[in-house]
Amino acid sequence: MSAFLSYTVIGLFTGAAYAIAASGLVLTYSTTRVFNIAHGAVGMVFAFLYWDFSQRQGMPVWLSLVLVLLVVAPLTGVFIQRVLTRGLGNAPVGVSLVVTVAILVGMIGVATQVWKQDTARSLPQFYQGHLIHLGGVIVTPQQIITIVISVIVAGALYVLLARTRIGTAMRASVDNAELLSLYGGRADVVAALAWAVGTSLAALAGILLAPVIGLQYYDLTLLVISAYAAAMLGKLTSLPMTYIGAMALGLAQSYVIGYLQDIPGHDKLGGLPAVVPTVFLFAILVLLPQAPLRIGQVKGIISAPVPTITRSMVCGALLIVAVALMASGMANSTLLNFGAAISFAILMLSLVLLTGYGGYVSLAQFAFAGVGAVIYARADQPNLFGLVLAILGAAAVGAIVAIPVLRLTGLYLALATLAFGQLMDKLVFTSSLAFQFNNPLTAKRLSLPGMNFKDQGNYTILMAVFFVLTAIVVVAIRRGRLGRILIAVRDSQAAAGTLGLDLRWLRVGLFAGSAGIAGLSGALLAGMRLTIDASTFQFFNSLVLLLIAGVWGVTSVTGAAIGGFFMMYLPVAQSNHPNIAGLLFMLLAAGAIVLGRNPNGLSYVMFLIPRFVTDSLYPALADRYPGMALRARAVGVVGEPDEAIGSDADDHSEGKVDSDAVASR
Amino acid sequence: MPLLHVDDVVVQFGGVTAVNHASFEVEAGSITGLIGPNGAGKTTCFNVITGLQTPTAGHIVLDGKDITRMPVHRRSKRGIGRTFQRLEAFGSLTVSDNVRVALDIHDGIPGLFRSAVNDVDALLELVGISDYANERADSIPTGTARLLELARSLATDPQLLLLDEPSSGLDESETGAFGALLKQLAAEGRTVLMVEHDMDLVMGVCDTIHVLDFGSIIAQGTPAEIRINPVVQKAYLGYADEADHDAGHDAGDTKVLAL
Repeated sequence: MSAFLSYTVIGLFTGAAYAIAASGLVLTYSTTRVFNIAHGAVGMVFAFLYWDFSQRQGMPVWLSLVLVLLVVAPLTGVFIQRVLTRGLGNAPVGVSLVVTVAILVGMIGVATQVWKQDTARSLPQFYQGHLIHLGGVIVTPQQIITIVISVIVAGALYVLLARTRIGTAMRASVDNAELLSLYGGRADVVAALAWAVGTSLAALAGILLAPVIGLQYYDLTLLVISAYAAAMLGKLTSLPMTYIGAMALGLAQSYVIGYLQDIPGHDKLGGLPAVVPTVFLFAILVLLPQAPLRIGQVKGIISAPVPTITRSMVCGALLIVAVALMASGMANSTLLNFGAAISFAILMLSLVLLTGYGGYVSLAQFAFAGVGAVIYARADQPNLFGLVLAILGAAAVGAIVAIPVLRLTGLYLALATLAFGQLMDKLVFTSSLAFQFNNPLTAKRLSLPGMNFKDQGNYTILMAVFFVLTAIVVVAIRRGRLGRILIAVRDSQAAAGTLGLDLRWLRVGLFAGSAGIAGLSGALLAGMRLTIDASTFQFFNSLVLLLIAGVWGVTSVTGAAIGGFFMMYLPVAQSNHPNIAGLLFMLLAAGAIVLGRNPNGLSYVMFLIPRFVTDSLYPALADRYPGMALRARAVGVVGEPDEAIGSDADDHSEGKVDSDAVASR
Repeated sequence: MPLLHVDDVVVQFGGVTAVNHASFEVEAGSITGLIGPNGAGKTTCFNVITGLQTPTAGHIVLDGKDITRMPVHRRSKRGIGRTFQRLEAFGSLTVSDNVRVALDIHDGIPGLFRSAVNDVDALLELVGISDYANERADSIPTGTARLLELARSLATDPQLLLLDEPSSGLDESETGAFGALLKQLAAEGRTVLMVEHDMDLVMGVCDTIHVLDFGSIIAQGTPAEIRINPVVQKAYLGYADEADHDAGHDAGDTKVLAL
């Protein structure tokens, strides 16, 4: 009985911390419609800052708390709202998630840069060492303080929202921010205040939890999943339901740790406590009612031009030849990196299909790649059959993730993938079913009938062939009926639905297809490296992948190819220059925040250059120097990257229609 | 038996009742008008009929079958098509691709390799926007976009067409042609339910008119009956200033006053 009571106290403590974090999340989301996926990461950074003030610099605890919670955190919140995420409330989910994921990765970058991993840090609990005996249960002051603070926060939020003018405006803003500003409410002030308070609450939760779960970059960052799970009980808008959800989650987690870990053979369940929020979240998602389709005209999006199939094939063949030439001159160690880049480029293609064309976001593409790698290695079929098995297995897992979220919108789907990615990280990949903990899995080199790819260079060329084939499939989908339907859905879900399209299964299919491509990339990587472990597929890599896609563009094959190389190069650069590793994350995050609002990314700029040459520069030069005409034309043709020619595109802003576009009908 | 029966429908948003025990019927093959002052709940009624909005209470019966809980896309398969007051054209696609994608969706997998070029051209011709076929849908004028939504909806071969303010953005001669088109569609056996502010059009083409005010049906009858109904006059005149003000430059609205 006393064990039960102890677990209950621990559960209430955890639940109270979750409640504080979750109420901050609800406050920011409901007033601005921007889901701050970096909520946990913000809490993490401020826990580190609090450690820096109170431990490293030796400031008094009260001063450190005041500085962090009442000065730095609110200012940061206002900065995030006013500068980084402003106007994202009505943006497509692909854009708002890229920006908030960038903030998350940027926060990790800040923490790893400022507070480097080489020193061990710990935060003492409040009044550490003082134990209180309450009816046979030992309670720490930290636990009591946290529970009391959560009650105070609940009361303060109630007074703020129900009894003050600005609080009333906040509640009005939940229902309709546009309407609020029409009636003279200061929507911008409301939003800034909500983010100031919300960020402060994230910091408070981080500071309260850090002494117990440790001052670590990733564990505190993942607090957002628990907060999100709790907040979902109140559909991200109800604070009372959020508190109930947080307490239920805290207790469930505590009981799972308390009781299940005593079961013999518990070592297999080592990751179980960490996945309680994920399971809790999926249970709530399944129970939520159907979300209404959003009405309200979304303006058409200018996409990167889509090449014809013939053109893709020609460019693909050239790419394979180029890879073959480069591979012939490379050392094996360089080839390993080169191959990884091609594998990541294939993984990027899975995002082109899902995000670029479909408008949905996944935060777990590496988890799907991991599934493909594990199936390929475990099936021990180093041939096409094994590859197909890996693709189908990953696709099936993708569908399984999407189905519970069937009735909800893209944001919930993306957040479900984040929870899923963590589940794979903590439970599945480390289990004996998959890689096992710190235990690499061996895979065999792929072979095709009559062909041998033992040579590293040959295998690299084979991977390039797979990249080209996948790219052609993706482009063919975009050019065909399905591609047209995907664009239509991205523009107006309500219209597509009233025309008779079942959006739910389209989404499951899209997710499965994208996961299948990810599975292919993982299997090819396993076949190249021959040994493969869980760290390659950890959830954080999926976030970095999304940001690189955001920078280079997620709407084109070219963007995917360039992005793949950056995905490979980033960790290489970080291990070569460990003292700026965090800075590189911050740079990537800054790039994604700046460029993430245009899904076409930097690679789109490359498409504009030849169009500038042919449309503006060439006529201008030809006018001025008649003799140059021939040469300028030659430059214009040769200098075009593979997807570049405006006249080949059927979805161009100018709406040009040419023989190719007509022929494709 | 009526094709559509809206039965005692209630829609509440928080404390606001947008539709308040509204009941009306639409006869097969008819052109029926649904009119009322701004904010009367007309578009919300359309959203309930098409499944974009779940009613707080009440039923929608199509052709004798209760479809209140049916998902949006299955209602389309049962023959409900609609256009939107706030345009929902697929802005990234060309005008002809907007119609083509509707044919794609309607045909499903069996028509995977079917070329729909002729159908697309015929539908654009029918509503009179062939000239815009190759323009992006987010770059065409509002009136044209409304006609595009009609063509797109017709691509799914609906038996019941819900048109939400279809003539706003059209000039007088275009509106005349549009009225003729509606009569042609009805003659082909389609049923039209139309929310419209242009009273000349409503009075000219509708067989029956239902008047909605504060979410409730306050009158129904033939255009001649509605024209002289004192309750309707009061509802409109009571709102006249506000309706004029709210609608701004909405071309159809000034004519409301001339009722």
